[in-house]
Amino acid sequence: MASQEIEALVQALSRLPGLGPRSARRAVLHLLKRREVAMAPLLRALEAVNESLTTCSICGNVDTADPCAVCTDMRRDPRMLCVVEEVADLWALDRSRLFPGRFHVLGGRLSALEGIRPEDLAIDSLIRRIAEGGIDEVVLAMNATLEGQTTAHYIADRIAQYPVRLTQLAHGLPVGGELDYLDEGTLAQALRARRPIS
Amino acid sequence: MHIAAEAIICAVLAHGEHGAVVRVLTPEDGLQAGYVRGGRGRRMRPALMPGNIVQVDLRSRTDSQLAQMTVELVHSRAPLMSEALAVAAIDWATALTATVLPEALPYSRIHSGLEGLLAAIEAAPAARGWAVALVRYELLLLAELGFGLDLSACAATGVTEELRWVSPKSGGAVSATAGEPYAARLLRLPAFLVEGGEGNWPDILDGLRLTGYFLQRDLLVERRAVVLDARERLVERLKRIG
Repeated sequence: MASQEIEALVQALSRLPGLGPRSARRAVLHLLKRREVAMAPLLRALEAVNESLTTCSICGNVDTADPCAVCTDMRRDPRMLCVVEEVADLWALDRSRLFPGRFHVLGGRLSALEGIRPEDLAIDSLIRRIAEGGIDEVVLAMNATLEGQTTAHYIADRIAQYPVRLTQLAHGLPVGGELDYLDEGTLAQALRARRPIS
Repeated sequence: MHIAAEAIICAVLAHGEHGAVVRVLTPEDGLQAGYVRGGRGRRMRPALMPGNIVQVDLRSRTDSQLAQMTVELVHSRAPLMSEALAVAAIDWATALTATVLPEALPYSRIHSGLEGLLAAIEAAPAARGWAVALVRYELLLLAELGFGLDLSACAATGVTEELRWVSPKSGGAVSATAGEPYAARLLRLPAFLVEGGEGNWPDILDGLRLTGYFLQRDLLVERRAVVLDARERLVERLKRIG
């Protein structure tokens, strides 16, 4: 029978995404068996992040410095701004290294049922960034969901008065997607967004 | 309980990492909630969009238990996602339905009304074609839930012609003559709600003002009022057209 402290650790880990009680227990056993190699470095890393964790005041990214590493990266093109719903979306796009510009995290999306309004998101700060000038293109990288698109259309309206090129991620056929397995909605979007082949 | 039906998705809420609690409006069994295993996965997400028509199978041991729901997409409204007005209208209509309807009570007229409204939005995303249907749908909701407006005759004089106003107190129609001295305190009654047909933009906006007043007063109270923001954004968009 595990002690209270170990049980508390198992409970804490089991609340993490992707970990249930059983996998949390296995993770804890792994840490207990490898204290110096696994537990100690994990503890040090957690403490380091916990002490210096902050939200970037420019883009809303989570980092250990403010402004964050993305905003201070001089290799990035400050004239291009990609708007995302959550930090996880920023990390996904950043990981792909395909977008050369900077980012802005809204902290969610408009939701009628959950009562999430424009003032609950970082939309005003986005407008301020655009109003300051120096941005040529704003890419709306909202999720292809009803709420994501409602948010995108709302932001598009707010940005319309500024001299920026407003674009959106393409919707349609996913890479590896077989037509037979796709739903009607995705097929319709893909047909709508078809382009000449060169 | 076992329900198998073609239904309209009204609300999807994430539950845990992989699942979703989905509320659908069925023709015979009203609003039903169910847990969709894997509802947040790549395969199910395109089907679980509010406004979509799905074939659902709901099973639970008891009526009070949250049912297990399996879903198969019948018709997707995803192609409308690039139309700002259509998206705002679908968002509002489904959120309103999910918020005000009690679960498990049959509302076949509301199901037909919502189906008709969504079809109208799809057929004519440019708003003029479906804005009237939206006003009628909101009136239908009020009526079916016991807060219907009486637009058959003047509440003061009993006349059935020249009905121009609605009393914000009683929800009853008021004739042009009877209502003139109190015009500032009454709500305009657009002609299309009494005589039928399509309205012009000022009439449509009056209709939305009318239904919005009673929705806010009678149905969307306390915690339910959070959905009104979505309606405000939709009405602002419609005002820009009209």
